[in-house]
Amino acid sequence: MALHEKLITYIYTTIFLFLTITGFAQMPIFKRYHIADIPGLGWLAEFYITHAMHYIFGAVLIGLVAYLLVEQIAAGKHEKRLTKSGYTKGVMLIGLIVTGGLMVFKNLSGTPYSPIIVSILDLTHLAFCMALLFYSTFTLITKKGWVRYPIKDIVTKRIF
Amino acid sequence: MKRIITRRSFIKGAVTAACSIASTSSFARAASALKSGEPIATLLDISKCVGCQECVYACKESNQAKYPKPEKPFPKMYPSTVKAEDWSDKTDVVDRLTPYNWLYIQSATVEIDGESRELTIPRRCMHCQNPPCVKLCPWGSAIQLDNGISRIDSDTCLGGAKCQTVCPWLIPQRQTGVGLYLDLLPAFAGNGVMYKCDRCYNKIAEGEMPACIEACPENVQTIGPRDEILKQAYELAVSMNGYIYGDKENGGTNTFYVSPVPFEKINEVIEKGKGKPHFEAVADTMKTGNNLALSMVVAPVAGVAAAFAKFYATNTNRDDKKNS
Ligand code: SF4
Ligand code: SF4
Ligand code: SF4
Repeated sequence: MALHEKLITYIYTTIFLFLTITGFAQMPIFKRYHIADIPGLGWLAEFYITHAMHYIFGAVLIGLVAYLLVEQIAAGKHEKRLTKSGYTKGVMLIGLIVTGGLMVFKNLSGTPYSPIIVSILDLTHLAFCMALLFYSTFTLITKKGWVRYPIKDIVTKRIF
Repeated sequence: MKRIITRRSFIKGAVTAACSIASTSSFARAASALKSGEPIATLLDISKCVGCQECVYACKESNQAKYPKPEKPFPKMYPSTVKAEDWSDKTDVVDRLTPYNWLYIQSATVEIDGESRELTIPRRCMHCQNPPCVKLCPWGSAIQLDNGISRIDSDTCLGGAKCQTVCPWLIPQRQTGVGLYLDLLPAFAGNGVMYKCDRCYNKIAEGEMPACIEACPENVQTIGPRDEILKQAYELAVSMNGYIYGDKENGGTNTFYVSPVPFEKINEVIEKGKGKPHFEAVADTMKTGNNLALSMVVAPVAGVAAAFAKFYATNTNRDDKKNS
């Protein structure tokens, strides 16, 4: 793996982990299950801290997705292509970003959506999160990558 | 505390009845404002309150049907450190907020013009303009109406009490053994339903006054469109050389207390604790998050810029190599 890709993977994994943890921390579970009692993890029960962290990592994720999208367009589909599983995860990520973004907007002053829409947003955000978690575990175990390189693949196969 | 109807309060009741007939027209005006759905607020003139608790009992009577009817015994909860909160045998407690008491009278002995005086202050939910209890509820069970009222939907609340934790005044109160969590995983998630003042939203929707306002013999509370009420609050504060609480607290609320003594003084002497809110200065709890929201608008721009920068760098590198 090229250094650039390694770096992206590293950044993505870090964001993914923190977004998941701080996202789950929006539910009052870490205190109930004494995870926040573990020394050094007290912040998990601080809703305002985990909320701010979720926003920060959310912003980094949005930035990363925008970066990779432009990079992909620039590379062209002959050089680099999303795999099927990569595409599926991408859709889930976009789902998370869209529902998350709408919720961030809701948290500004005012009542932009009806209560039922707010509940639907909350639940869809959670559903996308669970789906991405399970599917990412699956792709990790089955070693499915995000992208493939059509030209490089052909060349490599022909040579070796 | 038991309700004692004294002769004084009886006479007062009669006077109120007469007054309320006299002020029907102003009620009607307020009512049409309430019905219109624009943000409403209340002004509480602390100097007028005599601590008769008429409002407290009116609230109880009017909201009786909304109170929890828990099933007992409560399902066992895990881990065992999770405690049930049961107020169903203490429904007559009126000296603090409980799931069965959404308004109570706080008292503060203060000095005014060298004279000791006991102030009595009705306390309940402030109905924040951007309420963290609503905005941060993970299920959307706490809701805010267009008229600024915040309330908790007892049909979907799971009783995790996050709303209480994030409320600067820790207002919402929990009752175990009731609500949706019983039908889900009662042993592992949820712990009942949260309750608090809902501004008598159902009465307001009908153009009626909240019960506590209607019942007060001293007209301590005034309700109406927020901007008008805020103006009145400032005028009143100026006229009594007094102080306001709630206009800026937590970024602004829909409840304005006006007092002849500074709220720091009141806060020092009132009884505070569980179900007994303070009168401290409160910064806007949603501000950090909402400032960070801006970074989400900047993020994609930064991402695109970084990608272009890299693209450019790679290509100039290639060109340089080609040319050399
Ligand atoms: S005072 Fe507390 S419970 Fe009431 S609206 Fe504000 S945050 Fe919510
Ligand atoms: S507005 Fe209604 S619910 Fe709130 S304290 Fe007054 S009577 Fe009770
Ligand atoms: S607000 Fe009115 S009803 Fe309530 S205690 Fe004060 S005087 Fe009595």
